[in-house]
Amino acid sequence: MKRSILLTLIFTLTGIIFIARLFYLQVLENPYKIPTIYSSAVKVKFDYPERGYIYDRNGNLMVANQPSYDIMVIPGEVKLKDTLEFCQLLKISKKKFIDKQKKAWNYSTRIPSIFVPQVSKVDFGYLQEKMHKYEGFYIQKRSLREYPLNSSSNILGYISEVDEQLIQEKKEYQLGELIGTAGVEKTYEKELRGTKGVRFFQRDRFNKIIGPYKKGIYDTLPSPGKDITLTVDSNLQKYGEQLMQNKRGGIVALEPSSGEILALISAPTYNPNMLVGRKRSQNFTKLYLDTINKPLFDRGLQGEYPPGSPFKSLTALIALQEGAIDEKTSIRCSGGYRYGKKSTEYMECHCGKKGENFKLHKAIYKSCNTYFANAYRKTIEKFESPSVGIDTWKNHLESFGLGNYLNNDLSVGKKGLIPGSKLYDRWYSDVNWQATYTISNSIGQGEVLTTPIQLANMTAAIANRGHYFTPHIVKEIDGKEIDLKFKTPKETSIDKAYFNPIIDGLFSVLEHEEGTARFSRVKGIEICGKTGTAENPHGQDHSIFIAFAPKDDPKIALAVFVENGYWGSRWAGPIASLMIEKYLTGNITNTSNEKRMLNGSLEDEYEKQYQEKLLKLEKRNE
Amino acid sequence: MRSETSNIWRRIDWLLILFYILFVGFGWLNIYAASAGEDAQSFLTFSNNHGKQLYWIIFCIPFIFITLLINAKFYVKYASAFYMASILSLIGLFLFGKNINGATSWYSIGSMGIQPSEFAKSAIALAMAKLVCDKHFKLGSFKHQLEAFILIAIPGILIALQPDPGSAIIYLSFILVLHREGLPISYLYISFFAITLFIATLYFGYTSLLISLIILFFFISIYIYKYKQKVFRQYLYKIIVLFLISISYTYSTQIIFDHVFEQRHRDRFNILLGKTIDVKDIGYNTNQSVRAIASGGDFGKGFLQGERTRGNFVPEQQTDYIFCTVGEEWGFAGTATVVVLFLFFILRILYKSERQKSPFTRIYGIGVASVFFFHFAINIGMVVGILPTIGIPLPFFSYGGSSLWGFTLLLFIFIRLDANKRNEL
Repeated sequence: MKRSILLTLIFTLTGIIFIARLFYLQVLENPYKIPTIYSSAVKVKFDYPERGYIYDRNGNLMVANQPSYDIMVIPGEVKLKDTLEFCQLLKISKKKFIDKQKKAWNYSTRIPSIFVPQVSKVDFGYLQEKMHKYEGFYIQKRSLREYPLNSSSNILGYISEVDEQLIQEKKEYQLGELIGTAGVEKTYEKELRGTKGVRFFQRDRFNKIIGPYKKGIYDTLPSPGKDITLTVDSNLQKYGEQLMQNKRGGIVALEPSSGEILALISAPTYNPNMLVGRKRSQNFTKLYLDTINKPLFDRGLQGEYPPGSPFKSLTALIALQEGAIDEKTSIRCSGGYRYGKKSTEYMECHCGKKGENFKLHKAIYKSCNTYFANAYRKTIEKFESPSVGIDTWKNHLESFGLGNYLNNDLSVGKKGLIPGSKLYDRWYSDVNWQATYTISNSIGQGEVLTTPIQLANMTAAIANRGHYFTPHIVKEIDGKEIDLKFKTPKETSIDKAYFNPIIDGLFSVLEHEEGTARFSRVKGIEICGKTGTAENPHGQDHSIFIAFAPKDDPKIALAVFVENGYWGSRWAGPIASLMIEKYLTGNITNTSNEKRMLNGSLEDEYEKQYQEKLLKLEKRNE
Repeated sequence: MRSETSNIWRRIDWLLILFYILFVGFGWLNIYAASAGEDAQSFLTFSNNHGKQLYWIIFCIPFIFITLLINAKFYVKYASAFYMASILSLIGLFLFGKNINGATSWYSIGSMGIQPSEFAKSAIALAMAKLVCDKHFKLGSFKHQLEAFILIAIPGILIALQPDPGSAIIYLSFILVLHREGLPISYLYISFFAITLFIATLYFGYTSLLISLIILFFFISIYIYKYKQKVFRQYLYKIIVLFLISISYTYSTQIIFDHVFEQRHRDRFNILLGKTIDVKDIGYNTNQSVRAIASGGDFGKGFLQGERTRGNFVPEQQTDYIFCTVGEEWGFAGTATVVVLFLFFILRILYKSERQKSPFTRIYGIGVASVFFFHFAINIGMVVGILPTIGIPLPFFSYGGSSLWGFTLLLFIFIRLDANKRNEL
């Protein structure tokens, strides 16, 4: 008998569970009772808040909104008497009309889709009067982005329509809504977007709205997008973009005392207004398919280049820290550095002072390769094995933010490369590798790769005498301070005392009569800098310059990178000093330099490279 | 003979028949509501589902009379023959069956289809009763256990191969019968443990479950060692074996789930366990049906007023998801009534069975109650979103001739046997 009781128990228990579940579903309030856009009895209407504005650090408006009008269709409700007349009104062909209708039908008969996007204001006024005649169609106001400054497209990014694929990941978006897909629009999407409001309306059997659904208990109010203030100085940014016209490369300028990005320039660039309005997809394709100029590629953040001579300041700092050299260590320049027996295994020195003895100060402003190769070798060889040596060296460099993502609020970035023992163990698996094998690292060639923003950050760390703040692009959100992680200084592994001799050297790069960048001097501003010429197997060398100013109370630190710009002081140096002068004083004294930079073009060089590449390809095909 | 047939109307359980009439009648109203979009006015017609269902209901009446008028002994005597016939009809599907929606579960006769698995339930219940009521049959012996399992497994596997795994699951209900008739209680424990482990593995993943199993068994061992030291050695061996079986079971569950199950099965489980949220595609049915029921509220929107029902929002609305219509149009009042009525109906069958003198009738009756219970529990569990999507009908409510006739046969054989209780079978 006991056993039959078990069955009764199971049956009764199941019944009770069902009744409890049904009670929850039907009597209590629960999420299943909130209607969706798929329900026929309820019409769901979204209230879109205005997207937040973006300002520069001085309060200049960089991104605003402008109204736009879309013709929407709900296919299930369409009743058209005269299609042809409607087509004429919308200025589309009948074939296009049928195409669009099919697409909308395939998507959904009940959910509205965009029929004709972004009609002009003139057409809107005309259409508004006639629209009521065509059941199932209506006009929806949307807001589009507007860029009053025509600049900073790489920083601001762009917004685009959410597609099917994205909806799978982000459930809170509906098809056709807008989402930031690059730049600040992307990283601060949540803040800029705000929250859309939802209103539910009860429909009767004839689809007519008869009032709010359940007295509006499920309705929510939209909350507006937040305004964002960037760290960028739009005047400096625009000036930098002009200086970089007809060149390829990037400029990153930071405020060393805060890590705020003052300017982030990538050249070639494009007008952000190109990606707004009816021509958007056409223009986007054009930019996207331009694989030669790569305008959508942010060279300041994504370009990985050998840093060249500016890297020597770090080689020296590490050597000082590890006690491999001191200020007074004297090294004779033999015109180069021989690291192997073969005649090719020779690193030439371009300081032009063959046979002279160098101390640290002079080595920096003359950029003597021999000196730094020796300093590097001494550092590595201080340890029991080159593996330990190079890993210690690597740790020092990583404390400057090199070799890894900076972990900031920019939507793209690259790691760069700082080689360690692991890499060389793999490369030289059959021999015991030595410090000399890796000697080109000492002068920023070899395996070392950095992005311009990393280089700028390194400069800021030197300017600060040993610490930096993570570079970031947003200053305030709706008047509120940003993430604390951008406000905490990051210490480098080099003692403060070692920075002064380096900074003195960097100062002489411009101020000494033999300094490599003596022509980039600016009267009245104490600039510290370092030229760089990075070897490039594909064409002319890259022109590099890092600088900060003023020397004792640095307000700006920057890195300039000009692809195929021959050598550092030819393009990057003058551009850097113009940027500094512009930022610190607001006007330019050396107008001839400015003129040369503004009008100078490297397009011929790029064209030549392109032709050579084509030739090579042709040869390979033959 | 004559006296028996004339007395039968006095001895049959009219309460069960009242339940039957209520279910079929209310069921049809809901099918009407769910299909009346097309041409609501015409009733006795083959052009719409509620029209067809009305025909199936009317055809039930002579069918019921025949079932009741046949001598009870006939069912006992030919139980094995019914069983063989059912198995043959299931095998025959592989040769002559018609493929509808990916499963070969139907014979087509003209424009109609007959689903033999619906009728097989009665035959298996009869055969089970016949097998187990034998005096020499002892469920304590392994040989007899095996016999009983094979009896269930043959039709179960044939149906699973059609493939119609949903209908095959119903055959597990006969385990309840065997349990009632004396199957060792450990089987129930093992099944319960196995099901729990199965769900836990899917929910928490193999690794975390393995860790929890180790901890669990570790503490059990400590507990036994502390309080029952004398038997510890004896238990330890058992614990280790049980532990090894548990972990290999958990592991194979994961393997089977990942490699043997098809994606659609995985999706159903994952949606239910809350591991994937998908309201537009795979979880569409469940989400829509739960929403439709929720929209009914306390008293529903009223007969023929449910716009989700009529808007064809829920797929299979008239068959597997007919309970949605009840929920939307009749609200909590309607659904609770149906659940309570079903519960009383099943308990009534159980109660009547337990009072039988004839073990054959008792076993058959418990089989009937179990089959109804499984259909009821799985179908409503699925529709209210607490069980995965398994497509089986709600007895007497869902649209479909075969299922209606199958359940009618199942019930009325019991009523007939029950009416015979004074005569030993």
